[in-house]
Amino acid sequence: MYRIITRRMIVPNLHEFTVEAPLVSAAARPGNFVILRPDETGERVPLTVADWDSEAGTVTSIFLQVGASTAKLARLRPGDTIPTFAGPLGKDAEIGKFGTVLCIGGCYGIGSIYPVARALHQAGNKVYALLEGRSRYLLYWQDRFREVSDGVIELTRDGSAGYKGHINRLPEILSLEKIQPDRIIVNGCTFLMMRASNVTRPLGIKTIVNMNPIMIDGTGMCGVCRLTVAGKTKFACVDGPDFDGHEVDWEEFLARRRTYNPEEIQPLRKSGCASHY
Amino acid sequence: MPKQEPFERVRNFDEVALGYTSELAREEAARCLACKKPRCVEGCPVGIDIPAFIQHLHEGDFPGGIRKIKERNALPAVCGRVCPQEEQCEKVCVLGKKHEPVAVGRLERFLADWEAASGAVEKPDAAPPNGRKVAVVGSGPAGITVASDLAVLGYDVSIFEALHEAGGVLTYGIPEFRLPKAIVQREVEYVKSLGVKLCLDFIVGKTRTVDALLKEFDAIFLGTGAGLPWFLEIPGENLNGVYSANEYLTRCNLMKGFRFPAYRTPLKRASRVAVFGGGNVAMDSARTALRLGADEVHIVYRRSRSELPARLEEVENAEEEGVIFDYLTLPTRLLGNGEGWLTEIECLKMELGEPDESGRRRPVPVKGSEFRMSVDAAVCAIGNSPNPLIGMTTPGLSLGKKGNVVADEETGRTSREKIWAGGDVVTGAATVISAMGAARKAAKSIHETLSR
Repeated sequence: MYRIITRRMIVPNLHEFTVEAPLVSAAARPGNFVILRPDETGERVPLTVADWDSEAGTVTSIFLQVGASTAKLARLRPGDTIPTFAGPLGKDAEIGKFGTVLCIGGCYGIGSIYPVARALHQAGNKVYALLEGRSRYLLYWQDRFREVSDGVIELTRDGSAGYKGHINRLPEILSLEKIQPDRIIVNGCTFLMMRASNVTRPLGIKTIVNMNPIMIDGTGMCGVCRLTVAGKTKFACVDGPDFDGHEVDWEEFLARRRTYNPEEIQPLRKSGCASHY
Repeated sequence: MPKQEPFERVRNFDEVALGYTSELAREEAARCLACKKPRCVEGCPVGIDIPAFIQHLHEGDFPGGIRKIKERNALPAVCGRVCPQEEQCEKVCVLGKKHEPVAVGRLERFLADWEAASGAVEKPDAAPPNGRKVAVVGSGPAGITVASDLAVLGYDVSIFEALHEAGGVLTYGIPEFRLPKAIVQREVEYVKSLGVKLCLDFIVGKTRTVDALLKEFDAIFLGTGAGLPWFLEIPGENLNGVYSANEYLTRCNLMKGFRFPAYRTPLKRASRVAVFGGGNVAMDSARTALRLGADEVHIVYRRSRSELPARLEEVENAEEEGVIFDYLTLPTRLLGNGEGWLTEIECLKMELGEPDESGRRRPVPVKGSEFRMSVDAAVCAIGNSPNPLIGMTTPGLSLGKKGNVVADEETGRTSREKIWAGGDVVTGAATVISAMGAARKAAKSIHETLSR
C-alpha cells in the first residue's frame, strides 16, 4: 500500500499528487514512468514521474482527470492509500550536452518534461521551455521552469498568455525568439507531439517525443503499448517512451489510442459521479 | 474424470475438470501394476516415486501419498492439473500399451486437493535461521520453489515480483478454468508462512539492478520466465483487435477483465476470433474467447493435429467446446477497415514437408491457396522469450541467442558468481514441472555454495 502525501488540482482537471514510494524515488530518473492502480479493482495506469524526493521517499506526478480511473485518483486525500505503484519504468531520457534544447510541454506534459529540462540544464545545455495550452489558466509550474531554463515561452490558443495560436506556429516563434535549438523535446498529448514533429521535420531539427500509449504491465510483457517507429514495431514501455518524432507512425498510434474509448466513456454517461461507478 | 459439460462450461470460468472423488481415485490407483522397473518414474522430469505414492493412495493412506509426492514435487496441485502427462509419466506407463495408462496426473491432483481440503498441510520443520540472505527474482513456479526450499534450510529469502500479484504465469497466463487462482494463492501463502518476504511492484533491473541487490544478498536466483511475446511480423499486426496472447490472457486472468466494469480493465468481447499457434497458450486463448461470448473461435495452426504441442487434454477440451481448428493454415496478412480495426485475415494453406530442428515436419506453402477469413480479433500465441530487462542491466551475464540466460543444467549456475537461474528464463517457454525441477537443483546448489 502506498500512502498519498498530497493531491490537489493545480489547474482545471489537472492534478498534482505526491505518493510515498521510497523504492521508486530512490531509482527515479527523468523520463521514467510508474504504473499504478487507484484501488483493488482498478486498471493499471501509466503516469510519468514529474519530480521525486529520495530523502523523503516520495514521487510526484501530474495527471489529467479524463475517465473512471483518473476520477478515482482525483478524489484521493492525504493519508489515503493506493494498492499499486510500480517503477521506475521506461528508458531514462537521453541527457547529454546537446547545446540548445527546447522543451515543449502541454497539459500533463508540462509536468513530465520538467525533470528532463532540469537535468538538461544541469548538464550544461541552454534550455528553453515552451508551455502550451488552450488558455493561460491551464498553464502551471512556470516558476519551476524559470529556475532551470534560459527562458520560458507561453503559447495559448486564445492568446491569453504569450503567443496566440497552435504549435504550428513553432518555426515562427523560434525565429521571433531567436532560438536555434539543436534538439527539441515534446511531452503532451498525441496531437501536440505529432503537430510539433510535423513542423520541425522540414527544419531538420531532431525532435524527441514522449509516447503515451495504452499500457497494462509496463514491463514489456504484453505488447499493447506497441507502435511503429521507422517501420519497425517497438514497445513504448521498454524501447521508449521517448522516440524520434519524425519516425513515428502517428496515424496508427492515434487509432490504437482510441481502442478503449467506448469502455472509458461508459461511466461518464451514467447519472452518478464517475468516481463512484 | 468428472468434467463440466462442454456447453455449460463455455459460459463460465470455473474449473473444467471437477476432480476424482476418493472412490474414483482408489479405483484408478488399483489399476497400477506396481512394476518392478517403473518406467513412469523415468518419464517424470523430477523423478517422483509414482508407484509408491499410488500404493499409499490405494491403501487409503492419503497423507503418506502426498508426502511421497512432495519429496520431489513442490507444487503437486498445480502440476497435477497442468503437466503434459501424456508426454511424461503416462506416455511410458506399461498399462498404456494396450489400455489407458494409469491417470497419474489426476491421482496427484486428488492427493494435493485432499491435503488442502483437510486443512492439514504438513509444514516441514525449518532449520534455524543461518543469517544468509537470498534474493529470488520472479514469483512464478521456479521462484516459489527456490524460496520455499531455501526457507526450510534456514535462509532469509525475499521474492521480488514485478506485477501486483504473485504467481507469474500461473496467475496471469493460465486461465481460471484450468488452474483456479485460489490454488496459486494457497501456494503463495504457504511460501510466506515459511517466513519468505514477498515484495510486489518490484522490477529487478529498474527498481534496483541485480548488482545493487547483490550488495545486500548473498545469492540471487533469476526466475523471470519467458514473458516477452512473439509477433508474427506480418503486415497489419498493429491493427486494433490484434493481441499478443499475453495481453489477451492478462486482461482476463490477472486483471479480471471478464468482470468489466466491476473490474476496470476493459476487455473487448469479439464475436469472431482467430488464435495463431498450437500450444497451451493458444488453447487457453481460444477457450477464453469462447467464454467471453465469441460466436466462432478458430485455432489457426500451420501444421496438423498430431504436431500440436499443447497438452492433449486441453486440445480435446477445446474441440469439445467448439473451437474450430484450421490446420495447415498460415496467416500472412491482417487487414483492417479505414479506422485501424481488424476485419479480415489472409491465410495460406500449407502441406507438411521434411522435419525441421524441432523434429516436427516443416510446413510448406501451397501455391495459390490464399483465402480470407472475417474476424474481429486475432490473438498471437506463437511463443514467448525471456524479458530482456535483466540481461540488459546485469553486466557479465551470458545470454543465449533468444535472450535466455545461460545456466548449467545440473546446478543452475550462470556466468556470474552469485547468480543462479532456472525455468523459462533459461529454457524458453516450457512447463511448470521443468521450472520446478530446475529450481530444486538451483536451491541445492545455492545451499551447497553458501554453506562452504
